[in-house]
Amino acid sequence: MLNRRIFIHSAVAATAALSAPRVLGQTKPRVVVIGGGAGGATVARYLAKDAAGALDVTLIEPNATYYTCFFSNLYLGGFREFESLAHGYDAIAAAGVTLVQDMAAGVDPAARTVTLAGGGVLPYDRLVISPGIDFVEGSVPGWTLADAEVMPHAYKAGPQTQLLKAQIEAMPEGGLFCMVAPPNPYRCPPGPYERVSMVAHMLTQMNPTAKILVLDPKEKYSKQALFEEGWQKHYSGMVEWIGPDMGGNVVEVRPGSMEVLIDGEVQKVDVCNVIPGQMAGAIAAAAGVTDATGWAPVDPATMQARADANIYVLGDASAQGDMPKSAFSANSQAKVAAMAIRAELTGSKLFPAKYSNTCWSLIAPEDGVKVGASYEPTPEKIASVESFISQTGEDAALRKATYEESLGWYEGITADIFG
Amino acid sequence: MGGAGRLLAPFALLAAAVCTPAAANLIGDADRGATLFQRQCSACHRIGPDAVNRVGPQLNGLYGRRAGAVPEFPYSKSMARMGSDGLTWTLETLDAYVENPKALVSGTRMAYKGLKDDGPRADLLAFLRDYSDRPRDIPEAEPTARKTLPDLAPEILAIEGDAEYGAYLSSECSTCHQRDGTDRGIPSITEWPAEDFVIAMHAYKEKLRPHPVMQMMAGRLSNEEIAALAAYFATLEE
Repeated sequence: MLNRRIFIHSAVAATAALSAPRVLGQTKPRVVVIGGGAGGATVARYLAKDAAGALDVTLIEPNATYYTCFFSNLYLGGFREFESLAHGYDAIAAAGVTLVQDMAAGVDPAARTVTLAGGGVLPYDRLVISPGIDFVEGSVPGWTLADAEVMPHAYKAGPQTQLLKAQIEAMPEGGLFCMVAPPNPYRCPPGPYERVSMVAHMLTQMNPTAKILVLDPKEKYSKQALFEEGWQKHYSGMVEWIGPDMGGNVVEVRPGSMEVLIDGEVQKVDVCNVIPGQMAGAIAAAAGVTDATGWAPVDPATMQARADANIYVLGDASAQGDMPKSAFSANSQAKVAAMAIRAELTGSKLFPAKYSNTCWSLIAPEDGVKVGASYEPTPEKIASVESFISQTGEDAALRKATYEESLGWYEGITADIFG
Repeated sequence: MGGAGRLLAPFALLAAAVCTPAAANLIGDADRGATLFQRQCSACHRIGPDAVNRVGPQLNGLYGRRAGAVPEFPYSKSMARMGSDGLTWTLETLDAYVENPKALVSGTRMAYKGLKDDGPRADLLAFLRDYSDRPRDIPEAEPTARKTLPDLAPEILAIEGDAEYGAYLSSECSTCHQRDGTDRGIPSITEWPAEDFVIAMHAYKEKLRPHPVMQMMAGRLSNEEIAALAAYFATLEE
C-alpha cells in the first residue's frame, strides 16, 4: 500500500509539473476555494469526495453559518423560519476539506497565493473564486451601502433579510412598501418579483390596505406573465409596477426623509427595499479576472477564468453566457469545475460539460411556478439549448405540486451543497 | 476558446482517454447575419435601439413574441389570426417563416420569397436573436444555440455504460434527488432498478412522461449516457 501511494504521488507530481511549479515539500496538489456558498461549498465538497485524498482542498469562508439567499423570500412571507435557511460546514469538513474561517483579502496570481484578512497566506495550484455579488456604487442615486440600515437591500441573506422583515411588520396601517428593482444582470432573475409576492401575502394578512410600489428599470422581467396573473388573482389592487416608460428607470432615494423620487416626483414611503445594480464579489476583481462589466469571463467548457488558467470562477460572479445567476446554476457549474480541476491535477477523465438550471418561485400559499433551461458550452459562451416555464391558468393541483417540488428541491440542493 | 486547448494539451501526453468536450452550436453567425439583414431585410424592417415600424414591423424582441403583436402595426388579417391562434416566434417557427413565408402564414403582406439556404438562414436568425431577451436575465427566453448530443470517444464510453461517467452525470440528478432516498416533493431515485431507470428516462426523452424538468434533463441524454447513469445507479445498489 505504501509503495502504491508513493507511485501515485510521483505520477501526479510528474503530471502537474507540466503546468504547475511545485511548492517545496508539498505532496498533493492544492486547491483553494474562496466563498462557501452554492458554488464554492459544492466544488470543495465534490473535489474532496471524488479525489479521495489525492487533492488538498481548502475552503475560505468568513462565516461559520451560511444563510441561503434562495428561499429567504419565503421567510419574508412567513412560510419559513429564519433558522431553516442556516447551514453549517461540518459535513464539508468531514468530507476532507480544510476550513479556514477568514476573509480572503487578496490574490497574487503570479505567486499563486491567497492572502487572508487575518494575515495568513495560502499557496494554491488551482484557485476557485465563488464570492457571489457585490453592489455597484452609485447604481441607485442617493443610496450607499451605509444606507442599507435604513433602506435594506436584503439581497445577501442574513441580518439584512431580518431587518427588512421587521420593517414590513412595523409598517403603519395602509402604508407604502417600495422596491427599487435592479438592472440586468443580477442574482436570481425572478427573485425581486417573488419577494413582491411574499410581501403582498404578508400585508394581506396583517395590513390589507397597505400598498406595494415596484420601480423597475427593466421593460421585462422573468416570469412576468405568471407574477402579473398571480398578483391580480391573490392581491388585487395592492401591487403597482412602474417600468422605464413611466419613470421606473429614473429613480433617486432619500434615506434621511424616507422619500423616493420617481422621474423627479417625490413619493413618501414607509419601507424601501433598494436592490442595486450588481457585480462580481470584490475578490474577483482583486484577482484580476474581471473585465469592464465587473463580472469574470470564463471558459464555457470548464469555468476556468479567461484571464488566468489557474483560476476558476463560479456562480453569480462569472460571466459565462446564458445561465441566470442562481444557486442552481452555481451548483451546476461547480460540478463541471470540480471535474475539470480533478482532470487537470489528478489525470481523471474529463467529460463534456453539462449545465442546467431551474428557478421555482412562490406567488401565494401553494401557488408555485417554475422556469428552467438546459445549457451547453459553445466556444463563445454557455448557451441555452432548451427552456420551459409554468403556464398561466394552470390548475391549483399543479401549482401545489410545483410548490411541494420546490421544497424538495431546497432539501436536495442544500444536501448536495453542504453534505 | 484557448481554454479547452490549454486544459487538454498537457494531458494528451498522459491520458489517451481524454475526449474533446462536446459543444452545442450557436444558431448561426450573427455577423454574417447582420450583412444579410442589411442586404435583404433593411429596406422594410428596422432593428436595434430606437427601431420603429416602417413598411414592416420593428424586429426587437422578436424571439418569444406572439405573431402580429407589435402595437400599431397594420398586420395582414392572416398574420393577426395566426397570432390570436397562438403562433409565437421561436427558433423553429421563425426558421420556417423565413424559409418560406407564405407556407406558414398564407396571407402575409411580407413581400419576401424566402431564404432557402440553411446556412445563411441560420446566420440571419442568429442576428435577430441578438436583439431579443438574454436568457441570463430572463431564463425562459428562447434558446441561443441548437443542442447536440455529445460525440464521445468510444474508449471513454463503452456502450455497456461507463459508471465513472454515470457518477459525473448523476451529480446533475442530486441537485434535486437526495442520495439518502428522502422522498418529499421530489421522488427518490436511489436503488431504482437499472432497467426501470432506462425505460423511464427514454419515456421522458420522448415526452411520454409529462414532467417538464425531467423531459428537459432526459431529452439531452444520449442512449450511451442513459446507460452510463444506469450503470452508476446499479453500482450504488451493491
